[in-house]
Amino acid sequence: MSDALLGSAQERLNAVLASIPYARFIGVRAELAGDEMTAVLPFSDLIVGNPILPAIHGGVLGAFMEMTALAQLSIVEPLKRQPRTIDVSIEYLRSGRPLVTYARAEIKKVGRRIANVHVEAWQEQRANPIAALRGHFLLSSAEE
Amino acid sequence: MTDEEHRAIAQAMNEGSPQAKALGFETLEIGHAVAILKVPYRPEIVGDPETGVIAGGVVTTLLDHTCGQAVHAAQSEWGFIATLDLRIDYMRPAEPGRDIKARAHCYKLTRSIAFVRAVAYEDDPDDPIAAAQAAFMLDSSAGRKPGANFKPPRESNSGDVV
Repeated sequence: MSDALLGSAQERLNAVLASIPYARFIGVRAELAGDEMTAVLPFSDLIVGNPILPAIHGGVLGAFMEMTALAQLSIVEPLKRQPRTIDVSIEYLRSGRPLVTYARAEIKKVGRRIANVHVEAWQEQRANPIAALRGHFLLSSAEE
Repeated sequence: MTDEEHRAIAQAMNEGSPQAKALGFETLEIGHAVAILKVPYRPEIVGDPETGVIAGGVVTTLLDHTCGQAVHAAQSEWGFIATLDLRIDYMRPAEPGRDIKARAHCYKLTRSIAFVRAVAYEDDPDDPIAAAQAAFMLDSSAGRKPGANFKPPRESNSGDVV
């Protein structure tokens, strides 16, 4: 896996997602267009939190956005191992409906040790996000 | 509500929520605005295969779910609730191969908002894996009926479906 992490952006991205059992568990995948990555969470009954509305579990949306941040870091920074999450702050804006959910991450700053990343998740309209995440991640660089 | 009713709500939340059921959430204790839940360790929910540690996302879901049960356990009547925000600090990696517990306390209720603190740990809440702070909206259904999220969005002009 470490070698793949040092390969092309798409290879690194595929390797990162394929290596995370929990990403497979909830069904996360990612599409890369140039240097822009969109993470995709297909709807499935498994990810429902509130079956009455129904709505996607807030924890799953948080997990999806955290993985989007980790995946985005993996395609811009050649890292030997996964960054470690230090903290995340999640805002819930709308309930997650039974639809495909998308997310994009914006790396606000990458220092030598810490990365600050913002993520937004949406469903039908990018302009109407359903949730957002801000997080700090601890990096271990490739030369370590 | 009695502790027995709180327990029934917690059980319904663990079994009625497909994600909670898929992760095997179990409520160990409930009552007095406090909930303690457990997620059993399984290889399928690992986040970092090199270490075998459960994914941070699973801890997020466990903390959100536990906070929600603490809110219900603080209320005198059942009502829809929704997470507004959730902040999680990850203090240390979980121990590979071990179940994770979460303890949440709803320490303040206003008419429309509940404030909750929670920790995730293996044995000792004073040696946390992660700590969380969350706010929940109370009575969040705003008159929406079951199945509301199946309706097409207002923006789509897909016909006369209401």
